[in-house]
Amino acid sequence: MTTVITVPPSLDETSFEAIVEQLAPLPPDEKILLDARHVRWASPFGLTSLLCVAQARGDSAERVGFAVPENADTASYWSRTGFFRHAAELFELHGSVPRSRDAHESSVLLEITPIVKSDDVHGVVGRIREKSADILHGQLGLDAAVTGLFGMTLSEACQNIVEHAGQGGWVAVQTYKYTKRLGRRVVVIAVCDAGVGFRKSLESAPNHRKSDRWDDAMALEDAVLRATSRFRHGDSGRGQGLAGIRRFIGRWHGKLSVRSGTARIAITPEWDEDEPMRESLPFFPGSQMQIIIPERIGEPAAKKSAASATAGRPRPRERSS
Amino acid sequence: MSLLIDVGTVLRGTVCDLYSNLVTRPTGAAVRTAIERQVHEVGEPVVTTIDFSQVSLLDFSCADEIVAKLLLRYADDDGPRGYLLFSGIQEEHLDPIETVLEHHKLALVSWFEGAAELFGCVDQIGRLHWEAVRDVGPVDPLTVSTMLGTAPTESEEILERLRHRRLLMRWDDGFTVPGMVRGQLT
Repeated sequence: MTTVITVPPSLDETSFEAIVEQLAPLPPDEKILLDARHVRWASPFGLTSLLCVAQARGDSAERVGFAVPENADTASYWSRTGFFRHAAELFELHGSVPRSRDAHESSVLLEITPIVKSDDVHGVVGRIREKSADILHGQLGLDAAVTGLFGMTLSEACQNIVEHAGQGGWVAVQTYKYTKRLGRRVVVIAVCDAGVGFRKSLESAPNHRKSDRWDDAMALEDAVLRATSRFRHGDSGRGQGLAGIRRFIGRWHGKLSVRSGTARIAITPEWDEDEPMRESLPFFPGSQMQIIIPERIGEPAAKKSAASATAGRPRPRERSS
Repeated sequence: MSLLIDVGTVLRGTVCDLYSNLVTRPTGAAVRTAIERQVHEVGEPVVTTIDFSQVSLLDFSCADEIVAKLLLRYADDDGPRGYLLFSGIQEEHLDPIETVLEHHKLALVSWFEGAAELFGCVDQIGRLHWEAVRDVGPVDPLTVSTMLGTAPTESEEILERLRHRRLLMRWDDGFTVPGMVRGQLT
């Protein structure tokens, strides 16, 4: 018998939980079909997380089934994001899949791209650089300095897969109008995998000590808020990537959320009311990260984070003499 | 003797001739290893200039692997002799570099937008001494103490501490910024 899991009509990081709730209780060998026929929209997080569902069920003897969106515009857009190219390798697809074409979608900064090794990170950063300058500076009105920091953030987010997931994952970057919460354009990075997750990654550190409280939520706090890394033992420079991402989103009034295992942490700006930590969620393996940077409207230019090593003194080029 | 190392050339020669972005830890480690090999082969020059002008993007991982770890090696008693001077650092590189300097409590000297500058963790009085040496050096401690209105022994100690951190170097009886005389590259 096949268990049908209904994909919500609008798929983002919040509604993805509905899929996990249906998926988590199922035994590993249960045959499942993801029914996306009635989906009209999906965020980069939604699309990359759907691929992770197949990755998470990789031990199953039969491929996960996937019913393609019936709406032609939706299916066409998903095609332009590169979704079906990867889905065809992971799912047993049902329905009409639009013919694969090169993505010329202006809202797609980076189509869905697999990240397995360090070279993939170089490829992603190199490909996105020119286009991100146009979108971030030109369309979203952000300071020109955002481009380099955006590339760094993307690099560090992708490296989490290479160094901690234990298997590959996917990254996607898109821009769209975030009507629901903000009414402004945003650029969104989604980096998702169904690998070992933060808790197991940190547990593999030689100096790791489990406590009674140790769980996915504490692992996320350690990694995201305290810059703990399994490589910190013997290399004190490790763990700065996520700290850098946090500074980046703080500087541009952005939002960072990371789901791993049974917990989800969110660093929220003033325009969002997400819960800082959600625990006891249905289990989903790996880590799924989303970074949202909003368009700037009528605000003063973003200031450098107070975390700067040179905070309290003028930048060299700002010297008075 | 001085040595100039173009990091962009090292990146393309060591990792991939198509890359101009310094991203990922393995890339940073490979580039740092190649730089250390060059320094060793040349025989530990007095001043080694690490030039970032051909690097488009630098992430935190590479800043840590290259900048922080090179500085930590030079700060080690068993590390290479000589001094590191940085150049070609662009505005976009500052955030990751300053972050790793702060994390490790390090500082570096760089030629930045036409002048020698000090980046990273140095206290205010240390920074004033360093800037005095940059502006008029080579200069002896007594002159610096007169310029800043500090006690000669205090200035001597501060300058010596900066030299120990390889942010200044000895020049006859005084001090100078590595590779520079009166703010100009030698």
